[in-house]
Amino acid sequence: MKKKRVFENIIHGIFLILGLVTVGFVLLITVYLIISGIPAIREIGLFPFLFGRTWASTAAEPSYGILPFILTSIYGTAGAIVIGVPIGFMTAVYLAKLAPKGVKSVMSAAVSLLAGIPSVVYGLVGMIVLVPAVRKLFHLPDGASLFAAIIVLAVMILPSIIKVSVTALEAVPKEYEDASLALGATPAETYFRVSVPAAKSGIAAAVVLGVGRAIGEAMAVMMVAGNVANMPSLFGSVRFLTTAVASEMSYSSGLQRQALFSIALVLFLFIMLINAALNFFLKRDKEGGK
Amino acid sequence: MNRGRKCYILGMKLLMWLSAGITAALTLFLLGYILLKGIPYITWELLSTKPSYIAERIGILPDILNTLYIIFATLVFVIPLGVGAAIYLTEYAKNKRLVGMIEYAAETLSGIPSIIYGLVGMLFFCTFLNLKTSLLAGALTLVIMNLPTVMRTTQESLKTVPQSYREGAFGLGAGKWRVIRTVVLPGCVDGVITGCILSVGRILGESAALLFTAGIAHDLYGLFEGLSNSGSTLTVALYVYAKEQGEFEIAFAIAAILMILTLLINLAAALISRYFKKRRSL
Repeated sequence: MKKKRVFENIIHGIFLILGLVTVGFVLLITVYLIISGIPAIREIGLFPFLFGRTWASTAAEPSYGILPFILTSIYGTAGAIVIGVPIGFMTAVYLAKLAPKGVKSVMSAAVSLLAGIPSVVYGLVGMIVLVPAVRKLFHLPDGASLFAAIIVLAVMILPSIIKVSVTALEAVPKEYEDASLALGATPAETYFRVSVPAAKSGIAAAVVLGVGRAIGEAMAVMMVAGNVANMPSLFGSVRFLTTAVASEMSYSSGLQRQALFSIALVLFLFIMLINAALNFFLKRDKEGGK
Repeated sequence: MNRGRKCYILGMKLLMWLSAGITAALTLFLLGYILLKGIPYITWELLSTKPSYIAERIGILPDILNTLYIIFATLVFVIPLGVGAAIYLTEYAKNKRLVGMIEYAAETLSGIPSIIYGLVGMLFFCTFLNLKTSLLAGALTLVIMNLPTVMRTTQESLKTVPQSYREGAFGLGAGKWRVIRTVVLPGCVDGVITGCILSVGRILGESAALLFTAGIAHDLYGLFEGLSNSGSTLTVALYVYAKEQGEFEIAFAIAAILMILTLLINLAAALISRYFKKRRSL
């Protein structure tokens, strides 16, 4: 009997360790980013690093200011949200409430396909179709710009926004809608004035998820944004936080390499903030939906 | 009904149709454009050879094999980890705070962008564990990325194992481990399969996390030799051919292949979930 208990305890211990692996991975990532990100910030100085307006890592007198990257990431994400959220939101209301069954299942498959397309494929189509179109349309010397990146990001965040919003809208209790319809509101009025407010936490979570996706995307943006470390302008060639890391990593060394780790640390902090917001909305959605 | 209300209703409906139309048109355009531009360049020679400067040809066989190796290696590690963690959460864990912590960690992992995985994977697996730039280092990085997915799908399927099965087994005198082995584990098969399909889709599409961990070489190796060497997957190869070498025909051929694979994976996921739903309701 005693032998059996020891055996069971060992098994319990093994599963406990497997359960804690996830926590271990998060700690590993956090610790590695902090340890490798801090030295460069210390050498450059926090203020010149975050608010310096020029990034010239390979110049004779290097300068490491990442304000252009931070602003580009913020503007790019904001632009993608401004374009992607209304389209995604309206599509979600249509799919969750109005669409006939057949249309809904075909559209859901289409949204899953959009979600599954690898980011480099988006980048490739952006490079071949979008960038030349932007150049011609706005008479620019080069179409690779913040504007092109915003369009690509807006398309890429569409599926997450639609999926999460549809789930939230479908969870709205039928009684709410029935009550509104019985009071004489038309279906369209009911969906927008009753269902949408009831699902607002879930929709907020969808938007925050979109923000996270947009700010973390690297490869597609790398292929369409031009990748020059300018201060952001809509039709200028720009570099995001993610692409700043990706574009110099392969040949960097010394302080330049450490500064790239610091950029990753800044990006990580942004993501952690977004995760916290996402959790807040998801939790409220769970409590409020019941 | 007054005119203002009528306008509101009509306006909202138009906006909904417009948005749904844009989404549908985008999907159709992407699918059609990539397949039309890519499929003509998919030749047997492309699929069955490796790049050669002497013969002046590009073949993607090494990239196809590397993709398969990396999928295999990632699943080998991620399945036991994910299933174990899920079993711990649903069968063992009693401490609510610990459960909350593990679930929060899993959510955090699924929110971290792949470029950060690539960076940490490079620092930890390639440099610290001295695996160099290799498929194995890439696969281990992807293990961390896909762990939350496998864990979540397994957890979902474990929740559908009726509590009475467990109680029945306990009542017959089975120990905890025996109950898990005979009752719980068979019940999570569908969750594991769903998790695997989702992970394969994600691995197939991953590029930023692999660029610095698995590298960009195109050499032909066997499985074990391959894992210890640097190699690019299809997705990374697409990036390199399009961005660094300007070989757009090859890039579109790979894009078409990826597109077809994505379609197949989505189809498999839908079929599997329908099959398990049907079986469960029997």
